[in-house]
Amino acid sequence: MTGGPDGGADWRRLEPRTALVTGAAGAGVAAGGAVPAFLGLTGPMGAGGALLLVAAGFLLLAVGGAAIESVRCHRTRYRVGDERVELHARLFVLERRRSLPRDRIRSVDLTAHLLLRLLGLVKVRIGTGESTGGAESTLELHAVSRAEGERLRRELLNRALGPDATARHDGELAVLDPSWIRYAPVSFIAPLLGGAAIGGVMQVSEWFGVQGEVIDRAGDLFRTTPVVWIVLTLTAAALLAGVVGALALWVEMWWNFRLEREPGGTLRVRRGLLTARSLSVEERRLRGVELVEPLGVRLFGAARMDAVATGLAQGADDRHGTHRSLLPAVPRAVADGVAARVLREPVSPTGAPLTPHPRAARARRLRWAVGAALLPVVPLAVLGAALDVRALLYAAGATALVLVPSAVALALDAYRGLGHGLAGGYLVARSGTVRRSTVALQRGGVIGWTLRQSYVQRRAGLLTLTATTAAGAGAYDVHDADESEGLRFAAAAVPGLLEPFLEPAE
Amino acid sequence: MRLRPPRNTPDERAVAWWRTQWLLVTAVPVVVLAVLGGLLEPARTWLLAGAGALAAVGLGCAAFFPRWWFRVHRWEVTDEAVYVRTGFFRQEWRIAPMSRIQTVDTVRGPLEQAFRLATVTVTTASAKGAVTLTGLDHRLAADLAERLTLITRDTPGDAT
Repeated sequence: MTGGPDGGADWRRLEPRTALVTGAAGAGVAAGGAVPAFLGLTGPMGAGGALLLVAAGFLLLAVGGAAIESVRCHRTRYRVGDERVELHARLFVLERRRSLPRDRIRSVDLTAHLLLRLLGLVKVRIGTGESTGGAESTLELHAVSRAEGERLRRELLNRALGPDATARHDGELAVLDPSWIRYAPVSFIAPLLGGAAIGGVMQVSEWFGVQGEVIDRAGDLFRTTPVVWIVLTLTAAALLAGVVGALALWVEMWWNFRLEREPGGTLRVRRGLLTARSLSVEERRLRGVELVEPLGVRLFGAARMDAVATGLAQGADDRHGTHRSLLPAVPRAVADGVAARVLREPVSPTGAPLTPHPRAARARRLRWAVGAALLPVVPLAVLGAALDVRALLYAAGATALVLVPSAVALALDAYRGLGHGLAGGYLVARSGTVRRSTVALQRGGVIGWTLRQSYVQRRAGLLTLTATTAAGAGAYDVHDADESEGLRFAAAAVPGLLEPFLEPAE
Repeated sequence: MRLRPPRNTPDERAVAWWRTQWLLVTAVPVVVLAVLGGLLEPARTWLLAGAGALAAVGLGCAAFFPRWWFRVHRWEVTDEAVYVRTGFFRQEWRIAPMSRIQTVDTVRGPLEQAFRLATVTVTTASAKGAVTLTGLDHRLAADLAERLTLITRDTPGDAT
């Protein structure tokens, strides 16, 4: 298997120790399932039979998993040629070949969960810039030794290393400040985790067939207390669990965080306590950055930073955007500073003063907000009036009293957040209230415009502009800008593209 | 400042094409209802009334919307960009510069073939930047696709 068009490069195999990891993981799953399975089977089969069956299942999962994985590792080969990276796997009847052209490779990410780390292994994921591809555009090596992973990463990303490359190396852009953990509990994850904790307790108690008992026990505990206190205590407990969970998750995700610039113009993020992750983004693939301020985090003056780059993998594990994150929630000033250093600008464009949007945009937001807030109120009130039920009318009033002011507050905040502008080579757009996002997109990265105007917007003289780009989300919006001013802004942002299609309004 | 409408309308035959689409879409449920009405004695009045109402709505739409779409859909291809306008209540303008075009697809469904029409879709590297030109004369569409493909081939880089 030597020679060929890419002659010279040797085929390499995956690390055989990977089988141990799969075996151990299988054993872990089996052990987790063994206890409930044993308890469940003791009834119909007696203790001896149940033990036998569970032990057999355990062996099957642990040894069988390891054996299959061992075959897979043995039969999978890869090589890095001058032109292409190739993967060749032959599993029983299934044969798979995949090859990526080297000049298309945009990212090389290394991840290692706890078991892999203990054995000194890493999982390598090589991605190309294809926006269409799911699995076709990435090549995954699971797993190779840590040294081999590092070698691959350097070799595949440093091809552009020119003579002046060392001069571009300016090292560390940001390191973890442990005090940033204070923003973890105010993220949206905390209440979700709290809910999940209660659900988890219920689920586990159901496995052991004691769910009823748990509910009774909780009922006993609160027998003498009024309902209000029960609700408050449970909410507080759930929130506390959520906060603890959010803190733990933050530590796991961001421990040892380092953002650095490597020779050859690659941005590299390293982070993780148990699962170590190393994500690399080629700098010439970077089209800008996005500062994201979810409501809770924003109230404490903090912001997260995501990369807007082409060819970042958008797989299943990217659903929460963590793959693109360059920075956890940090004080806004720090985020701006890091953004400036990442973009090699003296001042970050994300902090530039922006053009506010016309008052009509505020009216639209207020209308939506009040409309949405009245949605649950109106049926309650109508039902209450029709059936002559006092309680429903009171409920409608209370809902309106709570929902309408908060909706109005959100709408006003959303309007205050709206803005767009040009800062040097960047187009800056800001919007959102629950998730406020300030995106700074390189003007050269804009590859088209989509302009939308509903009938209502036309009457109000508003226009929604969307800059399409190959990077990040694919399109970034400027909501409800003034029609003339917005068009002039779009024309100025990308000279030559829009002008031929503009005419003065009569 | 405002956007001027693109210069070209779809081909005149697109109106007939859209009309046929409307008629076909309405014909299927109307025929089903009418056949059921013929077979089921007890519910005949209701089924036939339903079929009649549906047919009236379908005919109305077929008479009105295609003309309307013909008036609001516009397209233009200059040396620098592809420019398309669609919609009225939600008007939308899409502009893709020539230098960023990645693929040019020409699609001709069975009905479009019967009317000698074609749809050209121009995509850029953005997942959200596709520009679609509907209801073009098929020869014009072929010429256009060829011209766009040539330009795309001569553009260096990967257009991101």
